[in-house]
Amino acid sequence: MILENMEICQQQPIASNVYELVLKGQELVNLASQGQFLHVKVSEGTDPLLRRPISIAKIDQDKGELTVIYRAGGRGTNMLALKQKGEVVSVLGPLGNGFSLEETSKGAIALLIGGGIGVPPLYELSLQLVKRGVKVVHVLGFAGSSDVFYEEKFMELGETYIATMDGSHGEKGTVIEIIDNKQLLFDTIYSCGPTPMLKAIETAFPDKKGFLSLEERMGCGIGACFACVCHVKDDPTKTAYKKICTDGPVFAIGEVEL
Amino acid sequence: MSRLNMELPGLSMRNPIMPASGCFGFGKEYAKFYDLEKLGAIAIKAATVETRFGNPTPRVAETSSGMLNAIGLQNPGLESILANELVWLEQYEVPIIANIAGTKTEDYIEVAEKISKAKNVHAIELNISCPNVKEGGITFGTNPKIASDLTRLVKEVSSVPVYVKLSPNVTDIVEMAVAVEEAGADGLSMINTLLGMRIDIKKRRPVLANGFGGLSGPAIKPVAIRMIHQVSQAVSIPIIGMGGVSTAEDVIEFFLAGASCVAVGTANFVDPFVCPTIIEDLPRVLNELGVDHISELIGGSWK
Repeated sequence: MILENMEICQQQPIASNVYELVLKGQELVNLASQGQFLHVKVSEGTDPLLRRPISIAKIDQDKGELTVIYRAGGRGTNMLALKQKGEVVSVLGPLGNGFSLEETSKGAIALLIGGGIGVPPLYELSLQLVKRGVKVVHVLGFAGSSDVFYEEKFMELGETYIATMDGSHGEKGTVIEIIDNKQLLFDTIYSCGPTPMLKAIETAFPDKKGFLSLEERMGCGIGACFACVCHVKDDPTKTAYKKICTDGPVFAIGEVEL
Repeated sequence: MSRLNMELPGLSMRNPIMPASGCFGFGKEYAKFYDLEKLGAIAIKAATVETRFGNPTPRVAETSSGMLNAIGLQNPGLESILANELVWLEQYEVPIIANIAGTKTEDYIEVAEKISKAKNVHAIELNISCPNVKEGGITFGTNPKIASDLTRLVKEVSSVPVYVKLSPNVTDIVEMAVAVEEAGADGLSMINTLLGMRIDIKKRRPVLANGFGGLSGPAIKPVAIRMIHQVSQAVSIPIIGMGGVSTAEDVIEFFLAGASCVAVGTANFVDPFVCPTIIEDLPRVLNELGVDHISELIGGSWK
């Protein structure tokens, strides 16, 4: 975990209000792994004050580049979207504990389920799993056709199904419906997306080994401010907790309350 | 560094910069970035008798040049802090200020008595002003009689000097300051966060799960400066100033208002290196101002 000024090598829209940003900075890149996130300062001044947590979508250690994908919508992310190639941003990272690769052995099937802006961290995960000889199946959910991104990139790595809520692209319905309809077979689950989707996955596959990446509003991103805590399951005292920024963002299915 | 050392009740500091309570955990996270012995002191996260989970999430919301928080005093509880956090901090030669909180007088007394005996705790910061805890805080921190009674009782049991952290959410902060000084407070910490709120215009609901939260960051600095300026002229005990400090120039401004040292809060979240950066930068600003020792600046705007 370091603080580094990283240069923007590329910034482009890849879906409706969704941007792909490539950052250069060797030191931080060398430390990064799948499922971790960056805390990006979007302005020089104090407004907005806090950094923005953005998950890592691709790590290219040879080039010393990290790719992140984010949705612009709030004030801070809109400011980030205006930044141009060649500009420098202050980045704190890599943060959090990402997806463990050890849980899926060579030849096994990993089901990667993404929802909306939860899809990006699954890309580097998929690259790493494929490298290990794991078969990957992707089910990616979006609101509509204009929200879909990285479909072809995921297809290059393995079977890929797209679900849209309005049916304007791929299959109409939820990611769970797709998994049911296609009767997909798998050994482990890896997922990132909105909490209701993660809850539905936990309910649908309680006995499968799996990992969920959570999201919460953060202050510091390093575990000091206690802003992004969640309850641990099966804790009658309701005092045990996990910090999403440092204990997570990835947790085993059933580990924390969603 | 002798231009920066500062002696306050209980606190012999190599420089007047400390992280503010609640913004630094118990130091472990920041120890990954730099040597904690660079700091003048450390105000650790509030301790309560019991383990507290705190408020539901979301607990933070951003505002213009500031943030709202409603953490709700989450902490592992007194016994765990004594056995784990403070013992871990013993490896660093840096005075610890133990922030203590509670929901009733007995809680404060129990925490103060026990935590003040820890060997690296050099002072207590009596948190009577946490705006996020429904069943306490506000009552103690907004009524001069209740605040002074509590200060007196905590002073009786504490083995170390007691600093009272004042709430800015009062009509007359000078009245509060004078009341706790008369009750025996050794110093003041000011200011705590300002009570604030944000509303999500699409959901038409408060952004914070708790509704209200405490506003901190550069947005509140002018309020802190004003209140320290007023209070420091009315009391003779030292003031630990805080509220939006993020640069060496900010520190100078707090000293000129009347503070004798400065705590850095929210800025740690934005830049984990902010405290050592300010410490390294202070001599430059002192040179620019032609000042030999930083203590010469205390109250310089009204003396």
